[in-house]
Amino acid sequence: MKKNIKLLALIALGLAACEPEFDREVSDSGFYSAGDADFSNYVAVGNSLTAGYADNALYVQGQRNSYPNMMAEQFAHAGGGTFTQPLVDDNFGGLLLNGTQIADTRMILEFDADGNPSPVNLDETPTTEITNTLEGPFNNMGVPGAKIFHLAAEGYGNVAGVGSTANPYFVRFASSAGTSVIADAAAQNPTFFTLWIGNNDILAFATSGGVGEDQAGNINPATYGSNDITDPNVFASVYNSLLTALTANGAKGAVANIPDVTSIPYFTTVPYAPIPMDQATADQVNQGYAEYNQALSLFVFLGAIDQEEAQRRTINFQASTNNPAVIEDEDLTPLQNPLTGEDIPNLRQTTAEDLIVLTASSFIGTTVGGDPTKVNGVSVPLGDQWVLTPEEQELVANAQTQFNATIKGLADQYGLAFVDARAMLTQVAETGIPYDGGMLTSTYATGKAFSLDGVHPTAKGYAMIANAFIEAINQTYNSTIPIVNPGTYPDVFVK
Amino acid sequence: MIRKTYISAIVVLMTTFAYAGGYRVALQGQKQLGMGHTGVAVINSAEAVFFNPGGLSFMDKKVTLSAGVSPTFSHIHFQNSEYGWSTKSDNPVATPFNVYAAVKLNDWMSAGIGVYTPYGSGVEYPDNWEGSHLVNNIELSAIYIKPVVSFKITDKLSIGGGPILAIGSVNFNRNIDRSTTNASGERANVTIDDSGVVAWGYSLGLAFRPIEDLTLGFTYKSEMKMKAEDGKADFRNVPSTAPGVYDGVTFDATLPLPAELAVGASYTINEKWLVAFDYNRVYWDAYESLNVYFSNGTESHNPRNYKNSSVYRFGLQYMASERFTIRGGYYFDESPVQAGYFAPETPRNDSNNFTGGLTFQVSERFAIDAAFLFVHFDEVDASYDHYQENGQNVPFGGTYKNNAFIPSIGVSYGF
Repeated sequence: MKKNIKLLALIALGLAACEPEFDREVSDSGFYSAGDADFSNYVAVGNSLTAGYADNALYVQGQRNSYPNMMAEQFAHAGGGTFTQPLVDDNFGGLLLNGTQIADTRMILEFDADGNPSPVNLDETPTTEITNTLEGPFNNMGVPGAKIFHLAAEGYGNVAGVGSTANPYFVRFASSAGTSVIADAAAQNPTFFTLWIGNNDILAFATSGGVGEDQAGNINPATYGSNDITDPNVFASVYNSLLTALTANGAKGAVANIPDVTSIPYFTTVPYAPIPMDQATADQVNQGYAEYNQALSLFVFLGAIDQEEAQRRTINFQASTNNPAVIEDEDLTPLQNPLTGEDIPNLRQTTAEDLIVLTASSFIGTTVGGDPTKVNGVSVPLGDQWVLTPEEQELVANAQTQFNATIKGLADQYGLAFVDARAMLTQVAETGIPYDGGMLTSTYATGKAFSLDGVHPTAKGYAMIANAFIEAINQTYNSTIPIVNPGTYPDVFVK
Repeated sequence: MIRKTYISAIVVLMTTFAYAGGYRVALQGQKQLGMGHTGVAVINSAEAVFFNPGGLSFMDKKVTLSAGVSPTFSHIHFQNSEYGWSTKSDNPVATPFNVYAAVKLNDWMSAGIGVYTPYGSGVEYPDNWEGSHLVNNIELSAIYIKPVVSFKITDKLSIGGGPILAIGSVNFNRNIDRSTTNASGERANVTIDDSGVVAWGYSLGLAFRPIEDLTLGFTYKSEMKMKAEDGKADFRNVPSTAPGVYDGVTFDATLPLPAELAVGASYTINEKWLVAFDYNRVYWDAYESLNVYFSNGTESHNPRNYKNSSVYRFGLQYMASERFTIRGGYYFDESPVQAGYFAPETPRNDSNNFTGGLTFQVSERFAIDAAFLFVHFDEVDASYDHYQENGQNVPFGGTYKNNAFIPSIGVSYGF
């Protein structure tokens, strides 16, 4: 009898093991091909986009949904190895330096009692202490905030330099205080790499409303301010040195170019004419600008400005739901009162050509010190940091054009797969990109492509980017890596 | 007395069980399972309570009892080459059971009772797998209690029937969509759970013996609707646009147990050989949609659109000796699932089924019955196209390959 029971148990085990097999299993080696590439040691180099940054923070779930991690999971079907990431300690986002918070928690959508949503910072205390350094190496070498020259900068991970020459995100996982991002990446002897860098070299200028300088002609990045535009020659030479380092052992790879800043919701959400006003208020406000407006005709008469500029500078509010805001524009002709020598303010109202930054939405219309006559964007002009003017946009576009020419040229020269991220994000902004559950657009929050910071993609958006990389790689290296399904990744998070 | 205790223990213990797509589980008797689960026209044990109550009064013995259990080892393998998905189910071992008793009251009248589990499903995928918006895991079960009475009208014709009481339970978990998580990254999901759902139906049967060696049979079982009312709906990790919406939610839902028609014939070739054929028609078109109505006002509509399906059964019995009877069988089971409605909670395509069995007569009264069923599904490319997101259909599909191994063991007693 005992024997029989044993036999029965054995049979039961046998039956449980008889699982159905497909003629061709996707998990079989050979189902997908690596083509001419070797994905066994993939290293991703870049900035916040590569790190999986979203909702204005780096948090674990965002990192797991970084496009390099999605790609590595698909590479695993064709010989890809393990892919390690310097995961932060929580899903709150935010950083601590010696216990002091130095970066905000992630943004999340909160609904008020009336069911109206608004983005807020998650009400948690960050737990990621950057001085708790991690043991690498890490396949994901994406460092939020990094510009191109930062990747080659030694000491970028030195905790002593946080706030000036170092980056708190790199401090966490740099192999030593003196190393650089590219040195740590190259030391892993990647067989395959992706490089997506350069966004911050224009974006920092743009998101700051153009408060920085265009450093074209200055080839010493050490002298750059954090919101400056990088010199195109610096860009080209560093980009070349990065590719030289990454391809030193014959690694193949993929690079992506830099999207237009105008394709992200950070610049397209707040309308140029956001101010509602009734006739009585308009009359009152216009009264306040009457003297300034009169002075403009005087300066035309004096020949200091032409009629066109006077027109542009004239402040006029109307009874309307969409009045343009009053801004200070450094690119207007500087004027002095010929009698007193006093500076005349460089004021004008916004036009359709101006891009008001997302963060202005919670600033325009607020009062200064509770004084109802001092309304930001109306009686108090918006400062430079709130608006990217056409002149500033041109500086950005010029630099971007040159950077992108460099990226494409070097991609061809090194025989790398090339992702036209610019064209893709333009399509997102203009028509949207379809996925199996709808359309990814650049509309803030509801468009599902961009996270609540208005700059970084959602996981759905990152999935779309991963697919663009995979398709470019398959085409260049004759591989057959499967794509991911954006519909299965989250987008905007609700509290 | 001892036997009684045993039987009730079996009833209590084996309330979880499963298998078979659609959710019909054709495992209602060890002797008949060995013969391809034919039996509408095979009258040789208490299993006839299930197979054809009309035939009970043709039975020679005064009292017959049989009981058995069929541990079901089922597997689902899914893959999708576009995205590189590959998932295997981890289905729990299900244990459908059957207990029958029949008594010959007099020459022209017999009575019987059966307790068995003709419907059930136990499918368990890894949590948050690629199809988790359709199902993470499901456990459906229905226990039938069926008292029957049979009358011999003439020596050639016998009829029977009786009411059926079905007691059902459901536990079904799935994610609320393909991507929503809470702030910690945990997927939003809902579990609906209800048990003790009761439905009534009836069965009718007829057996006809035009000549001594030929039996013809006919049975009909009515449709029953399992209506879950105020079942528990447990929402987890759902981000809330208003407080309290997902607290203490209940649900209503209806699952049809379809009507079934069976006709069959058996022929005694000689003292040793018996051959049987059955044809089953299952009226699955009753299963149009699985609609779940939640008390918070949300509704979940899941079109199923099943079609009526047929099963063709063939069985052979060979009495090797006084002690041993050997059986074999085959049946072809048509899937009720139509193209575009292939949902992973019941991923069923047409199946070829192979059975074998034997009876060992321990004593004149007591026998051990054993049977084995292997369910083979061909590999199939299929999808479920009626899941909606933002008002548009989002197909979920790939390649499925399933199988099931079901050993079955029972005892019978008669005098």
